[in-house]
Amino acid sequence: MITALRYLFFLFIVRPVILFVIGLNVRRIANLPTEGPAVVVANHNSHLDTFVLMTLFGMQRLKDVHPVAAADHFLRNPVMAWFSQHIVGIIPLEREVKGMRTDPLAGICNALRENQILIIFPEGTRGKPEVREEFKTGIAHVAKRFPEVPFTPVFLHGLGKSLPKGEGILVPFFCDVFIGRSVRWTGKRETFMHELCEEMSALENEKPIPNWT
Amino acid sequence: MFGLFDHLSHQIHLTFIGVAVLLGIAEAALLARRRRVPERDDSELAQRIRTWWVIVISFAILFGVSRTTAIVFFALVSFLALKEFLSMVPTRRVDHRVLFWAYLAIPLQYVWVGSEWYGMFIIFIPVYMFILLPTRMVMIGETSGFLRAVGSLQWGLMTTVYSLSHGAMLLSIQPPVNPRVAPIWPAGSSQESGGAALLVFLILLTQFNDVAQYCWGRALGETKIVPKVSPNKTVVGMLGGVCSTTVLAAAIGPWLTFMDLLRSITAGLIIGVFGFAGDLSVSALKRDLGVKDCGYTLPGHGGVLDRVDSLTFTAPLFFHFVYYFYG
Repeated sequence: MITALRYLFFLFIVRPVILFVIGLNVRRIANLPTEGPAVVVANHNSHLDTFVLMTLFGMQRLKDVHPVAAADHFLRNPVMAWFSQHIVGIIPLEREVKGMRTDPLAGICNALRENQILIIFPEGTRGKPEVREEFKTGIAHVAKRFPEVPFTPVFLHGLGKSLPKGEGILVPFFCDVFIGRSVRWTGKRETFMHELCEEMSALENEKPIPNWT
Repeated sequence: MFGLFDHLSHQIHLTFIGVAVLLGIAEAALLARRRRVPERDDSELAQRIRTWWVIVISFAILFGVSRTTAIVFFALVSFLALKEFLSMVPTRRVDHRVLFWAYLAIPLQYVWVGSEWYGMFIIFIPVYMFILLPTRMVMIGETSGFLRAVGSLQWGLMTTVYSLSHGAMLLSIQPPVNPRVAPIWPAGSSQESGGAALLVFLILLTQFNDVAQYCWGRALGETKIVPKVSPNKTVVGMLGGVCSTTVLAAAIGPWLTFMDLLRSITAGLIIGVFGFAGDLSVSALKRDLGVKDCGYTLPGHGGVLDRVDSLTFTAPLFFHFVYYFYG
């Protein structure tokens, strides 16, 4: 029943909004992983980011695709928590890990063991619209535990204009999606993060984007 | 055919068939050349012809179902074109809500078209939106870049929504009892299909003009007409295009629409010259912003705005030309 609701939500609300109201211009769709376990790493500007990435995977793979999202934000009230976990299908992640006894990455690890495709925003927040912030290194811990899993970088442009943080009204702008080559665990945190960030910067610089003021 | 096209005249049916035959010929010519010179890369041309099929078929279906679906088709084109425009030009972050109001103008403008409320249709964007948008902007209070922001937004709304909606408004043209020029109704056509025939005439000639300008320019012509705006446009291309368009207008105008030969030729000239100007003005805009295409919606053509650029000039001009004599 809930699975059916999830499918209906994506088929009749998410996909029409993303594909028609917004409109995607995707470069190199073939670089996207076709099956799990896999991780998609993207920059984060808007709540729409998640839905755009999930749309890219199509309806067939919807059951395997799960965004990793901040527990403190998305589980803050019961309605939001139900919607986030059952309809969107998020894997909640505690952003504040000080003094925690359990493994904060347990949810992510379980999902990868079950061959799921995860969406991770290493910036950790949407932040200022259309400004990319430094990646947090938590993602390296995941890569270290799963050295075989591919991390595919995706750069999104335009969604921060459509629905920036703190705005409730969606204004349509075309969204550019640049999909890069996947990166695997290199054996060291620094080199892994460096490689991932380099790939991301290359995607960001692919199209000249005027400063949005 | 399943109730489709029944409300349209026989001449309109034949025009659609003619367009399909022309596309078929283009397709066949491409295949023949491929066999003759297989090493030549023609993927872009092949893609462009394929996209032409998609455009013609989707237009034919929505146009064939009813007047309402034809208007919805125009509203969708306006939406895609305005979205391309706003994604391309620099906008200000503070104007988020203003842009939302600008988008709302699309459904409203087409409601005026659908309800045949001419008075509102003709002033809604140039008067009411013209005043509402800067009013909303000054309420936000950001003065830096104000003129550029409000100017680009008005230009975008005028071209992609106001101008294009004139195409849909042609559907409502019905000659009154005593028009300036008496309409000469083509054989077998009804009052109802008169406006539809004018719309088919406008779109066919505008798109034909684009193709003719391109072909003449490729075949002959060296002297560039406006090299700074578009290096591919030549004097011969322009003149050849206008002449071809005028000849086609003279040939099909009196047969397809209720216009006489003189009015058909004049309409052909207007569409030829100003289709060219509309095309160039979008080219100048793209060059100013440093982009090649307005979008990616139509493979081989670029964006929707790249396809309807000439129509943004020809639609209002042709509408008012017809409206003066027969409205």
